[in-house]
Amino acid sequence: MDRKIYMDHAATTYVKPEVMDEMLPYFTDKFGNPSSIYFYGREAKEAIETAREKVATAIGAEPSEIYFTSGGTESDNWAIKGTAFASKKRGNHIITSAIEHHAVLHTCQYLEKLGFEVTYLPVDQYGLVDPDDVYKTITDKTVLISIMMANNEIGTIEPIAEIGRIARQRGVYFHTDAVQAIGSMDIDVKSLNVDMLSLSGHKFYGPKGIGALYIRKGVKIDQFMHGGAQERNRRASTENVPGIVGLGRAIELATATIPQRREHLTQLRDRLIKGIMDKIPFVRLNGHPTERLPGNVNLSFEFIEGESMLLSLDLKGVAASSGSACTSGSLDPSHVLLAIGLPHEIAHGSLRLTLGDDNTEEDVDYVIEILPDIVERLRQMSPLFAEREGALKNV
Amino acid sequence: MYSQKVMDHFTNPRNVGEIPDADGVGEVGNPRCGDIMKIFIKIDGDVITDVKFQTFGCAAAIATSSMATELIKGKTLDEALDITNKTVADALDGLPAIKMHCSVLAEDGLRAAIEDYKHKKGLITEDEMSKPHEHDHECADDEAANG
Repeated sequence: MDRKIYMDHAATTYVKPEVMDEMLPYFTDKFGNPSSIYFYGREAKEAIETAREKVATAIGAEPSEIYFTSGGTESDNWAIKGTAFASKKRGNHIITSAIEHHAVLHTCQYLEKLGFEVTYLPVDQYGLVDPDDVYKTITDKTVLISIMMANNEIGTIEPIAEIGRIARQRGVYFHTDAVQAIGSMDIDVKSLNVDMLSLSGHKFYGPKGIGALYIRKGVKIDQFMHGGAQERNRRASTENVPGIVGLGRAIELATATIPQRREHLTQLRDRLIKGIMDKIPFVRLNGHPTERLPGNVNLSFEFIEGESMLLSLDLKGVAASSGSACTSGSLDPSHVLLAIGLPHEIAHGSLRLTLGDDNTEEDVDYVIEILPDIVERLRQMSPLFAEREGALKNV
Repeated sequence: MYSQKVMDHFTNPRNVGEIPDADGVGEVGNPRCGDIMKIFIKIDGDVITDVKFQTFGCAAAIATSSMATELIKGKTLDEALDITNKTVADALDGLPAIKMHCSVLAEDGLRAAIEDYKHKKGLITEDEMSKPHEHDHECADDEAANG
């Protein structure tokens, strides 16, 4: 095995050299604490503000509406708990969807223990939330709607503009987890009527451990990290200056190349889906056929289990992911795959390949070449496949 | 995370297949939980002369199935019944903690096949057949660990 192919870009990406180069001085020469008034501090502070402008520009926000955090999970936690706590007098109802990331779902479950009421909206077979459901579920107690921009597992892109319109009309705060969407689609928080938006550096060729939360001016939100006066008194903690600089550069690069990235990834994605489905029987595509992230491929292979597939691919140098229980540390398959109506055994047999800037047509063709044997070998071992073959013989 | 022996049995599983005229067949597990094992045994006297398996599951489930069949081939029924999930896991140089339930599958499968044989022979009644471990009743006791 000489060949190594990374196809798990939805999990994380490598840091682009341009991003890394810009970060490096802030570990050594420009190491100052941005809160210090002397030269070292001012230099670091300036770098942070430049990065803030870049993040703001990327999503159509004002720099003063961007708050740096430790990543997508913190941004989600802050947006949801912060607005829930700050709106307690007005109401206690939150609307979200069944297919959100655990950073949203588990935060909502925590709030339920504190007396909040949460509606987890169902999705259709493609993973789409129906804006009509959002509209109908809003009560005078509803204080927050949190629906992701694009799903991390199946890549489905949600109707954010419509949901935003409804939320604004009804005067309910709208948060969206856009962690997977940055760099793959144009985002303008103003025209989408988004009040809060979470993003994370390592999903678009920036560093790990850095993210941001956009908070529209005027949104009432409690502080999440208590301590110093950083981030205009709203998020305490000495700033992760190299991370912030990296995030700024990464989002600038990612959003400047959206059309090219979309074209490149969509072409690879469709080639991969078609190549696999043409060669292997009993495969289904999970997620929406067209309303999906350009780099996302999620397929279920009947009669076999996902972890076995991942390990077999790994032995051939391909890094991928699965929604099977065995890869999640739990005994249940992915909540997203169950929410789109897949039976458990089909959900266990899912494979997610997420493409990135570094992937080529040769990479895609290599996966199409090796996957049929992997699937066939595992099917030959599977009692489910044998039963099916047996049933066919008896017809 | 897996030992070399697990990887060996996953990539080159021993005794895969079915025995059409098996003397005992055991099927345990549940597709809901993501693993099913089917084991076929051939008995001569009280010795297991041949064994085959089919498994739907993760690498640990496949490797433990394979190792279990190796361990019981040529053994007497009583010797085979002495094999526990720990015996199988130890023979594979251990399993990650969250995968130990997969080795229970192999133990249960083995027991089910032997009891099926004994039941067919009239050596035990339906009531005397043991129930598999709670493994397949409830798959969802753990909290998801990652994001």
